[in-house]
Amino acid sequence: MIGVFAFYLFSFVLLMSALFVISARNPVYSVLFLILAFFNAAGLFVLLGAEFVAMILVIVYVGAVAVLFLFVVMMLDINFSELRKGAMQYVPLGLVLGGVLLAELITLYRAWPPAAMNEGGALDVAEKIDNTKALGNILYTDYVFPFQVSGLILLVAMIGAIVLTLRVRPGVLRQVVGSQVSRKASDILKIERVSRGKGVDHV
Amino acid sequence: MFEIGLFHYLTLAAILFTVGVFGIFLNRKNVIVILMSIELMLLAVNINFVAFSSFLHDLSGQVFTMFVLTVAAAEAAIGLAILVTFFRNKGSIAVEDISSLKG
Repeated sequence: MIGVFAFYLFSFVLLMSALFVISARNPVYSVLFLILAFFNAAGLFVLLGAEFVAMILVIVYVGAVAVLFLFVVMMLDINFSELRKGAMQYVPLGLVLGGVLLAELITLYRAWPPAAMNEGGALDVAEKIDNTKALGNILYTDYVFPFQVSGLILLVAMIGAIVLTLRVRPGVLRQVVGSQVSRKASDILKIERVSRGKGVDHV
Repeated sequence: MFEIGLFHYLTLAAILFTVGVFGIFLNRKNVIVILMSIELMLLAVNINFVAFSSFLHDLSGQVFTMFVLTVAAAEAAIGLAILVTFFRNKGSIAVEDISSLKG
């Protein structure tokens, strides 16, 4: 009973915050509602017995992606009300397309074989092995190649983001560590023997 | 009605996906909100994966959810980097202005 209540609560808040994400006037509010939506989705994942994915969702999305969005929204100096002009023009088309898509999906799920729908219900929480361990058991054996490839994708994304946003500005004095380290004393220091009463004639 | 089955989760994910599609139409000038709508659609797909994985007793769905998360994080990072670079060069993020490659 409490599970049913939790499902409806989480899904209601999830859908409401998703609607606020797309309709908020200020994108900062959009990002904050996106964070709320991710938290509720993580709650749904916990209800489904997928605790590890729920925690990963919170860490990756809320901790990294949403903060990245927040940084970009706050750093760029954009007139957002300018961007909303004429936005209502395509709302009817969007409503029609979205309605068709939703109707198609729900019809598809209604026609799904009912034997597969209710087979056994959600995963039992009290299984012999917990979710994280079971996931690790197949992630590092059956799926080790896709796992490595996803690591490579992250590496490429990191390098790409750095290369895209790195800006080399000309005319700025910078510390060049290489030339500093490779400089020898003979390059800059000259020892002269000064005879008495004459001084140094060239400096 | 009082038993939460697979159909409930699939319907929720379908509605969430539709909200994401509708968000692209509603904010068709603002690239940042379009990226957020794409994140919502990916979240709907993740809910589908985890629901199927849980109800069919197969953990592969959750592994795939993690791969989807990886790709979503990479996509957000690259997309926002392109956005920052574009804003630096053009001073705007409106979708209509992003047409330099048209030839």
